[in-house]
Amino acid sequence: MKAVPQSAAPGGAAFMAGDYVVRIDGLKVHFPITSGIVIQHRIGAVRAVDGVSFDIRKGETLGLVGESGCGKSTTGRAILQLIKPTEGHVLYEGADLARLRGGALRRQRRKMQMIFQDPYASLNSRMTLADIVGEPLLVHKLRARNKRDERVRELLQLVGLNPNTLNRYPHEFSGGQRQRIGIARALAVEPNFIVCDEPISALDVSIRAQIINLLKELQGRFDLTYLFIAHDLSVVRHISDRVAVMYLGRIVELADNDKLYGEPMHPYTQALLSAVPIPDPEAEEQRRAVVLAGDVPSPADPPSGCHFHTRCPVAQEGLCDVQDPELREVRSDHWAACHLISADDYPHIRAGEREPDETALDGSTDDGAETDVSTGGVDW
Amino acid sequence: MGVETQELLRVADLSVDFATQEGTVHAVDCVSFDVAPGELVGLVGESGCGKSVTASAILGLTRMLGNATVSGRIEFEGRDLLALPEKEVRRIRGKDIAMIFQDPVTSLNPVLSIKRLMTEGIEVHLGLKHDAAVERAIEMLRLVGIPQAEERIHDYPHQFSGGMRQRVMIAIALSCNPRLLLADEPTTALDVTIQAQILRLMKRLSADYDAAIIVITHDLGVVAGMCRRILVMYAGRLVESGPAKQLFRHPHHPYTVGLLRSVPRLDEPRKTQLQSIEGLPPDLSHLPPGCSFAPRCYLASDECWQAPPELTETAPGRRSACFHADKLLTAEPA
Repeated sequence: MKAVPQSAAPGGAAFMAGDYVVRIDGLKVHFPITSGIVIQHRIGAVRAVDGVSFDIRKGETLGLVGESGCGKSTTGRAILQLIKPTEGHVLYEGADLARLRGGALRRQRRKMQMIFQDPYASLNSRMTLADIVGEPLLVHKLRARNKRDERVRELLQLVGLNPNTLNRYPHEFSGGQRQRIGIARALAVEPNFIVCDEPISALDVSIRAQIINLLKELQGRFDLTYLFIAHDLSVVRHISDRVAVMYLGRIVELADNDKLYGEPMHPYTQALLSAVPIPDPEAEEQRRAVVLAGDVPSPADPPSGCHFHTRCPVAQEGLCDVQDPELREVRSDHWAACHLISADDYPHIRAGEREPDETALDGSTDDGAETDVSTGGVDW
Repeated sequence: MGVETQELLRVADLSVDFATQEGTVHAVDCVSFDVAPGELVGLVGESGCGKSVTASAILGLTRMLGNATVSGRIEFEGRDLLALPEKEVRRIRGKDIAMIFQDPVTSLNPVLSIKRLMTEGIEVHLGLKHDAAVERAIEMLRLVGIPQAEERIHDYPHQFSGGMRQRVMIAIALSCNPRLLLADEPTTALDVTIQAQILRLMKRLSADYDAAIIVITHDLGVVAGMCRRILVMYAGRLVESGPAKQLFRHPHHPYTVGLLRSVPRLDEPRKTQLQSIEGLPPDLSHLPPGCSFAPRCYLASDECWQAPPELTETAPGRRSACFHADKLLTAEPA
């Protein structure tokens, strides 16, 4: 089977070649919705990931951001084949992981690891640190059983834990320390590529910076490639080289960190960035947030055309609600999926002078939430 | 109200201890602060710093916990809530003091309709007949921006999205015209675009109804745009308080300095490394004898290990519990 088909997928095979570690192409993950107790009929599908294509280059950190339910975690899991993709390809060093089974897949998996969001749920509370961190070593036959503890000590030291704690259990550690254990476990098999799925969102503020610094330090030391999945846009900006923004199962914008944060072109990215609060009251007074109306629609029944058109302040009737925008290279190495981006202009979403929610509150209309949009401030 | 003082709420020397098998946990240790009518106050700290327990004590919820010992005074409109009998507190809780919880999924009873959830409090506290209460509930839902309120009031919590559920919670909290609203991590479970909607809504409703809000959060960004005054807690103690602008620009406690430096900001150039606060928060059942932040503090000296520093005034309207606050007064902005 050919490796790079899928003209229907946004971006498709047109992605620039380069020194990539992982290339995903036309990735789709659909979860069936069934009805019936004994005989289950398939009545629909949740399109968690709906045609996603991108490359992850060697040694970089690719940030993947989006709101909850946008499919960013599912994408991460589908890359590692923890969830089987419904369609599409995941190329890792040339091999299509979506086609591999059994031992062949397991051998590839040694090179790819994951750091999970919740350090309380992702460590087995009945296993000691030596078992947790040492298990991958035995599974992949990297160390003999009697050499295992020695390597575990090394790993614990590497992530900033006391190497003599290897016979302790996870409950004896705090959240930040547990996340270090999770990182040690991921590093045990000497991977090249790590999917970090919201690795700091369950941690305390004063601990987050420690873990971010550790991840960066380890990346430099072991030449790791990260896919960093998070919803916190300021953290992603800090850690990533390139950033992809997801909305309802699709990538809407993908660019260099500086380009994406400096000149976001997709209306959704602009709204998302303007909504991030800044820990400084004076900056907050200046900040004009675009308050998007309503909620993210259900991925079981995504809107027609551009998935964002129902909340987009600049959506054009007859275009955005009909036609799927393709993820295309709108500027050099700056990809976006929006019909309204032209060669020399793009929609500028700006908040109005007036507080947008005033209309919702004084009008007490039935469609209160809908009037939340700052359509008054749209500027071309 | 008959009370001449400016303050709506006056918390004085509030301590909450929990008896556990590992010993006594000092969850809140001698915390004092005031809230003026209509004021927006941010109570900031990490998990386990005692911010939520402080809120529970103000609501009188700690009295339901068998192992909790509460001391000090919580004066609300001149009456000490801790000295009132439960029957009296029940008249205040949910009416004059209302609460918005963090997680709208677990804090709304899934087997009750929104109508039932909303009218119960309105009937009890405002003494309205059922039909009038339903009317008021619909009005409140409209006010918080729920579309088709008269139909949606018959729905159950699971039929709403996270942001909508939080709006329902705000509608419930405001339905009895509270004077004080305790919002415990009101937007932590929400996405940024939804968070922006909810924060605006709360700020505006507070102004319209002249309700004071205490926003309890770990997210400095949330309180920066919303609150006039900030209280910072660490390991059960209030370590710094002051007007938001001054406190963020020029923190007077090394913990606040550390917190502000450790979060990346979108409006600043990227840094190669974040300045983190080393170490871990202390175990609340075995607090160090001196300042509880001393083991992690870059300014710590011998005296910090002896006795805990008092919260003292460092500038007009500003207080800090640090022996070395004077070094921060002259330092560069964080």
